[in-house]
Amino acid sequence: MTRVAQISCGTEYSGIQWLLSDIAERVGIELVYPEMALSRIDAACKEIGLRAESPSLNMMMARAVSTLADPTIKGALLLTCFKCSEGTIVKDTIRRYLSDRSDMPIISYSNVEKPKEIELYARLEALATLITRKALLMREKQEGITMGIDSGSSTTKVVVMKDDEIVGEGWLPTTDPLKSVDKGIEDALNGAGLKEKEVEAIGVTGHGRELVSKHVNADLNLEEVSVVAKGTALLSKRHKGDATVIDIGGMNNKLILTRDGIANSFSLGGICGGSSGRFLEVASHRLDVDISELGQLALKSTERHELQSYCMVFGIQSLVVSLASGVKREDVAAAACRSVANQVYENQIQEMEMRPPITFVGGVSLIEGVKKEFEEMLGVDIIVPPNSQYAGAVGIATLVSGI
Amino acid sequence: MKILVYPPNSLILADLVERAGHEAVVLMREIGEHVRDAEIDAPPINVTEDDLKRALRYVSVEEPAGLKGRIGLLTPLLDKAEASVILSDAPPTYGCMGCAVADEFFKFLIRQRKIPTLEIKYEGKEKLEETVKGIMEFLVQLPKEGEISEKKG
Repeated sequence: MTRVAQISCGTEYSGIQWLLSDIAERVGIELVYPEMALSRIDAACKEIGLRAESPSLNMMMARAVSTLADPTIKGALLLTCFKCSEGTIVKDTIRRYLSDRSDMPIISYSNVEKPKEIELYARLEALATLITRKALLMREKQEGITMGIDSGSSTTKVVVMKDDEIVGEGWLPTTDPLKSVDKGIEDALNGAGLKEKEVEAIGVTGHGRELVSKHVNADLNLEEVSVVAKGTALLSKRHKGDATVIDIGGMNNKLILTRDGIANSFSLGGICGGSSGRFLEVASHRLDVDISELGQLALKSTERHELQSYCMVFGIQSLVVSLASGVKREDVAAAACRSVANQVYENQIQEMEMRPPITFVGGVSLIEGVKKEFEEMLGVDIIVPPNSQYAGAVGIATLVSGI
Repeated sequence: MKILVYPPNSLILADLVERAGHEAVVLMREIGEHVRDAEIDAPPINVTEDDLKRALRYVSVEEPAGLKGRIGLLTPLLDKAEASVILSDAPPTYGCMGCAVADEFFKFLIRQRKIPTLEIKYEGKEKLEETVKGIMEFLVQLPKEGEISEKKG
């Protein structure tokens, strides 16, 4: 079992500790409360430079300081209650404090009384991978002939790679996950001019990976956070130093901070579909353009227009009302792109410090209007590497070549 | 008399209450009942959805989960209390509930009960004797369990 510090202000009072411990055990993590003496609380607050009104938050800071003194602890899980403003300040401060002083992977979570099991599972599983698979994640080059499959919630991506190059690809909507994968594999192999038996190893990631992994008899099956971080480093050919990855897919999004091409802190979306590619699909349908043309249409915008809601239902209703009020299609398209970028910014980017360079991957990265909105919002250039939609597939194809 | 102490897990205050011949209403007993309940499987302290729901009598659904959990656990204490001692600004070794907002709100709920209440401030080790004396004076003048029954009778 991998020892991970649970640094929280009393999650047990939210009634979800049993669920956290249960999921942690399933992914091979032992959650531990770092030991600390009550007499050390004052000193810890001074060291971190913050003192909270809530005694448990001060204790939380003391536990963070103790974490660094325990070499058996390999990662940190930071928890405070959702909607607790003081808790959020302390949690972010601790994350920065730990991140500046160690390389251990850190995840933050705002707990609610009824958390979605899948949300917690995804986070803890990613944390476990980042700790236990570190040697594999250090790989910077794909070798031989391997296949990477990203069975996403919205689309299935397959790449065949040979000596660090993509030689074949398949990209299609996910319907029946297995049928979609079979077709993707067929397309990728045809593109590469290779036969299945010539593929030396297969790696799988994405939402459908458990099912697909068995179907294709995969050699490696890994969760998306560590794989996308690696794939992004490979696609943008930046393996050293700090970086930030924004990944927006069809139904969810991730913000990953990386160091030397390996994720070490991340935040996952999943609360609202309005910050996903699905929102833009619906928007392009109402604008009567193909999703692939939405970005270009948005770039033609000359007048700023805002949708009244981020919601998939009410945001689209606002879009329809805008069109009916005579707002130009290109201005509405730009507003839809801004809506997605704004929500990702407000819910995720704001929580984490951005470490340049910032790379944008996932299907939505191909919509130029969203990239432009991020650039205006953050005031920095955003990199969209070639084949950015294949970050997951390339990442897993590379990692599996190391097995 | 059943005396609710604040902080609600203060061993020191609970001891003073018992020395004065009263019954201390403390959080440990409430949590103990939860933990010993074989039908609840939510370790470590068996806070359940019911506890959080119970808190909704007092707080809005928008409050953070941990605050609801704390208030939900404390509510039965409020119902039992016939008098209370509130010690403010004490160091964590005197017991604490951790969440400042939950603490403040719980003190407000105690005051709302309009039961005999002593509010006293911790003013450091050097004034500890005076503090303890003040608490004991308050406690001993409260009627004991038997005395209340006699008066009622």
